[in-house]
Amino acid sequence: MVEHRPLRDFIAYAVLSFGIVIFAFPVYVAFIASTYDAATVVSGNLPLTPGRNLLENYYRAVFVGGSRFMNQPVGVLLLNSFISAIGIAVGKIFISILSAFAIVYFRFPFRKTAFWIIFVTLMLPVEVRIYPTYKIVADLHMLDTYAGLILPLIASATGTLLFRQFFMTVPDELLEASRIDGAGPLRFFWDTLLPLSMTTVAALFVIQFIYGWNQYLWPLLITTKDSMQTIVIGIKKMLSTTDELAEWQLAMATAVLAMLPPVAVVVFMQRLFVKGLVETEK
Amino acid sequence: MEKSVVFNGKLLPYLLLAPQLAITLIFFYWPASQAIRQSFLQEDAFGLNSEFVGLENYQALFAQPEYYTAIGTTVVFSSLVTVLSLGVALLFATQADKNLKGGSIYKTLMVWPYAVAPAVAGVLWFFIFHPTLGTLARPLRLMGFDWNPMLNGTHAMILVVMAAVWKQVAYNFLFFLAGLQAIPRSVIEAGAIDGAGPLRRFWTIIFPLLSPTTFFLLVVNIVYVFFETFGIIDAVTSGGPAGSTTTMVYKVFADGRLGGDLGGSAAQSVVLMVIVIALTAIQFRYVERKVQY
Repeated sequence: MVEHRPLRDFIAYAVLSFGIVIFAFPVYVAFIASTYDAATVVSGNLPLTPGRNLLENYYRAVFVGGSRFMNQPVGVLLLNSFISAIGIAVGKIFISILSAFAIVYFRFPFRKTAFWIIFVTLMLPVEVRIYPTYKIVADLHMLDTYAGLILPLIASATGTLLFRQFFMTVPDELLEASRIDGAGPLRFFWDTLLPLSMTTVAALFVIQFIYGWNQYLWPLLITTKDSMQTIVIGIKKMLSTTDELAEWQLAMATAVLAMLPPVAVVVFMQRLFVKGLVETEK
Repeated sequence: MEKSVVFNGKLLPYLLLAPQLAITLIFFYWPASQAIRQSFLQEDAFGLNSEFVGLENYQALFAQPEYYTAIGTTVVFSSLVTVLSLGVALLFATQADKNLKGGSIYKTLMVWPYAVAPAVAGVLWFFIFHPTLGTLARPLRLMGFDWNPMLNGTHAMILVVMAAVWKQVAYNFLFFLAGLQAIPRSVIEAGAIDGAGPLRRFWTIIFPLLSPTTFFLLVVNIVYVFFETFGIIDAVTSGGPAGSTTTMVYKVFADGRLGGDLGGSAAQSVVLMVIVIALTAIQFRYVERKVQY
């Protein structure tokens, strides 16, 4: 364009760099805090370069456990977060690819009704029906279980809509071809449709993994045992004590550990992540 | 849009739908209908007896000054977070849209905060602005500013807004960037040839073309601020000090759990449901229009 390019680019670099520094700053400080002993952190004079307690703090957080109020080692919480995030992602992909397949590739009575029953769930996040959902999970004896952590969070339509949209773009010729080859619906699904859907599956997996990993209110309510809690809840528990007693260096080590898996997923799978995000919102 | 070629299964489609329908009915419809039912009931503290009280829970709710405070807090909080995160994201997106060298690295470095759990984001910001240990609270105090989010409601609000914006900018940035990249270069170049400077081009050409994205983000962001920020508020302020950061969603949680008032909490849930349904309806109308274009 007509403007002086170097200046224009310089402004862009300056603005973006400033933003990136602001984005990274809190995480950097948390990391620094996780490398010092408790006394240095509590003194309020935290240096801006790493200290010497990195290994000790992370070892204590992961294998020994933090404060008196959170007696589980973070390793256990990490495992719980992994199981529930993967359970939510896989469970949602499983139920929604099947239902989308039924809705797109079959004609049967109540098809529209089934679609609408699923579709309406887009409107209400779990937060607005939180206590009744809690009660049902309790009645089903699913408190403090992985099923209780996972199942209520996969009851929504985003995945179904995403697969439906994708299936619509799959050419009809493929179905005709596999019919001529004598393939039934399940054969067609397994040999043709599923391989074609892999990018969508992966994108949805990334989004749902992050969604599941970052859950807060639901695990907070339905886990009563510390050993079933997720890492995001664990951080808050470590800090819910008077200031003098909170072990900030361990809480910050835990915060870093809680951030790493979802951030790594976004950074390494960025293309799929963006695809999944843009398409689920449609 | 319907497929012209389909399978003729009698039982199979129902079997394929069964897992999703079962989970949806058990964990969505059943609790949602219970929330509505409960909002018309009065339960004793042990949940042993309940009687039908009609709209009493709603009347009690709207007679409560705290509820209006929570509505006010929600309005202030959500408008601040939405406007700030959209504004900042738009600024970054317009800069990142300039075909810079290393542009994709910049993009990655801007997008990752999306993956941070809201509660973790809250704790990070709480730590750097903690009145006694915070790295950034110290300079504030040295400048003679009595910063204390644990005692001062306004400070607490500023803190949760910062954490929420920090996390949300990444999301808005992605959508704005996608929107900007969809604008044909030729349109902008035509503006440039006509002698419009960068700012004028932005306001008269780019911004209007971006308005569908902006509107979409506006609705999505309001819903985000309503619900997802629960983790930030609970982890940082627990609704305090003195209720100054108690949003409507936080109050549902606090009244039901701490107060044991299930009827009142259910009535609040229903009010929230109505708001979300209204917002979603607006969004669908818009999405439908976009599809027709």
